[in-house]
Amino acid sequence: MTETMQSDQTVRILYFAWMREKTGRSEETVQLPASLVNIADLIGWLKTRGPEYEAAFDRAEVVRAAINQTHVKPDAPLAGAREIAFFPPVTGG
Amino acid sequence: MAVRIQEQDFEIGAEVRELVHGRTDVGAIVTFTGIVRGGDATTAITDMTLEHYPGMTQAELERIEAEASDRWPLQASLIIHRFGKLLPGDNIVLVVTASRHRHAAFEAASFLMDYLKTRAPFWKNETRSDGSGGWVDARESDEQSLARWHTNRD
Repeated sequence: MTETMQSDQTVRILYFAWMREKTGRSEETVQLPASLVNIADLIGWLKTRGPEYEAAFDRAEVVRAAINQTHVKPDAPLAGAREIAFFPPVTGG
Repeated sequence: MAVRIQEQDFEIGAEVRELVHGRTDVGAIVTFTGIVRGGDATTAITDMTLEHYPGMTQAELERIEAEASDRWPLQASLIIHRFGKLLPGDNIVLVVTASRHRHAAFEAASFLMDYLKTRAPFWKNETRSDGSGGWVDARESDEQSLARWHTNRD
């Protein structure tokens, strides 16, 4: 039952490049389930939200993440996150 | 020390002049300019669109610039990165480093580009004449270039 409990943490999630195209959205605001601890947990939860998320995170090892506009690893804790972004490896310069 | 993310073009000479105007403590200036390639003989690139993450792009480039200033004695530095639609031959990125002696300027410019290529949140989407375009894949060689800066500290 605890799996479905909502925390009081609301975050803005942003998607860029092919993550934006595959999820079909550039941003959304979600209330995080209390059971989610880190980025990997969040990815697992997002994948249950529909086929477009499953497709976007199909190769989860390629997807990069940022919390509050700083690069993070999949084990980064969600505590304190206000803005989370998912995107492919960067190709600027 | 300055970072600019912009759609419009930049003029290298004017940027360098402005950066070191009136200064007598600079003995060396290095500039790097990245340009949109036109593809090869079989698949020409007709245009390219650069997407970025406003907010984080500025913050990340400022972090990279601060890291360079921490490692080398720079008198001044500048990073300009463009976004939006670009054509082959167009400028994409400008890095300028100024120091008292050449080594710091050379190394810091190289460091800034290696970090920018692997950390700054930009994504290229190419349009090719044969329809094979799309999102550009990251290069493994860029990560390898970054690794050489880790030996001293990490």
